[in-house]
Amino acid sequence: MEIVTSEFFQRALIGGLLIGVTAPLMGLFLVLRRLAMIGDTLSHVSIAGVALGFLIGVYPVAVGLMFAIAASFAIEKLRKAYKTYAELSIAIIMSGGVALASLLFTIGKGFNVNVNSYLFGSIYTLNNTDLYVIGGVTVVVLIAIRTQVKELFLITFDEDAAAVSGLPVKFYNVMISVLTALVISVSIKIVGALLVSALLTIPAACSLIIARSFRQSVITVVIVGELAVVIGLLIAGIWNLAPGGTIVLLLIAILLLLLVLKRGIRTGS
Amino acid sequence: MAQPYKIANADFNCHQEVISMEDVSFSFQQQTVISNLSFAVKERDFIGLIGTNGAGKTTLLRMIVGLLKPTHGTIRLFGENIDRFKQWERIGYVPQKNSFNPLFPATVREVVLSGLLGRSKIFKKVTKSDYIKCEDALHAMGIEDLSGKRIGQLSGGQQQRVFLARALINNPSLLILDEPTVGIDTETQESFFHMIKHMHQHHNMTFLMVSHDLDMIRSYLGQQPAAENGKLKFHIKHSHETQNCVEDNLAHSLKGLREQMESGKEVVLIGDRN
Repeated sequence: MEIVTSEFFQRALIGGLLIGVTAPLMGLFLVLRRLAMIGDTLSHVSIAGVALGFLIGVYPVAVGLMFAIAASFAIEKLRKAYKTYAELSIAIIMSGGVALASLLFTIGKGFNVNVNSYLFGSIYTLNNTDLYVIGGVTVVVLIAIRTQVKELFLITFDEDAAAVSGLPVKFYNVMISVLTALVISVSIKIVGALLVSALLTIPAACSLIIARSFRQSVITVVIVGELAVVIGLLIAGIWNLAPGGTIVLLLIAILLLLLVLKRGIRTGS
Repeated sequence: MAQPYKIANADFNCHQEVISMEDVSFSFQQQTVISNLSFAVKERDFIGLIGTNGAGKTTLLRMIVGLLKPTHGTIRLFGENIDRFKQWERIGYVPQKNSFNPLFPATVREVVLSGLLGRSKIFKKVTKSDYIKCEDALHAMGIEDLSGKRIGQLSGGQQQRVFLARALINNPSLLILDEPTVGIDTETQESFFHMIKHMHQHHNMTFLMVSHDLDMIRSYLGQQPAAENGKLKFHIKHSHETQNCVEDNLAHSLKGLREQMESGKEVVLIGDRN
């Protein structure tokens, strides 16, 4: 139990509390725009950036972030090229990211140990710099959502109507992509690149089951995200498990619970 | 310093052109959808637009609301070139089909309120008067009871009213409807058209509507519409006489004058109406 009071665990907990808010919020906008897979793509491309960061000796999270932002622009461009088959662009960029990451891994075999924590998450690796970066990203994301929530809602619900009412739709699309890239690249160290998209999408999936209004869905994703992250980190700390895995399994458990409850209410009434 | 109040000036133009198109063409992937189209829609016109599939009806509407750029030609909205046009809140647009996911977590009220957004108000919070406007729009469409429901739970006809309420919340001068009654049963269609008719007759609103419903257009416009193969046809009902227009014009000026006096500013009358 003494692990809970240790410094590195508390850093992980603070980091977790922050990404437990931002990742589900950004994920909600992505899921509602039917871009749920974008989280996976950006995180896979991020690993390539992280690997490159290790290779050239630059702060890996920063390189991963730059890769994720580049990927989000590439997806937008490809999306236009294919229009109705927009998900193709997501698949292409995702495999490109994994391919690049695997190449970089084989070039620098020496850092395999570190890479593992980026793939599956770890509560031991978060340092103070990481925490400041996560804090900064959280502030940016929360300010953006707080001030622009009505606009983001309209663009998510009806992009045409948003454009007709004079909103700069392109700007908002880029904003959503960049903010998502930011959130993903800072979440990787805790949740792991392979699992981070679950923290984006499963809370949104939960909100679709119970929320009636957009307001409710925003509240739901944050509560679900925080519950899973905090309890998941505690379990992972006490039994020495990978935090990413415990968080994601908890998220799925919450989702199943909600589904069962909803069915129960429906058949009961 | 007294602000001169110009009563007889051109700030309220009688037969203002709401939409004007000059020699507009639109091509998509080497295919010409619309070629050399010129027309003008004047204030308080009711224009029914019919045409066969692929004639470019929706393309035309999407150009007018700025979602598509014409390959050639000029579009003006309220006299302003569309590239420089800023007053988008003056235009209400109800698109052909709202293909949102039925699970989308949004209440009727949230959807209608979203109609208030515009470029000029990006950092504005929702105010009490916004909520009042929303309730008014809901009331006008007869859907105030549904305001807390999730939009996906509503029937097609109810959803159409929601989107019309969203278009009306800004009290637009121009309402653009793209086949508003597709997929709605006949009875609901009738009450919908009745509503539109009422709005046109009792509010100072210009209408541009694409419809497959020839009967409706015929009965309202009193003309025999004809859809020629691959061509667009316009049927225009000028609902106002010059006399009406002048009266409205005067009433408008008087209203402005009253506001000016109530605000405590000195009023100087320039010119005369006649």
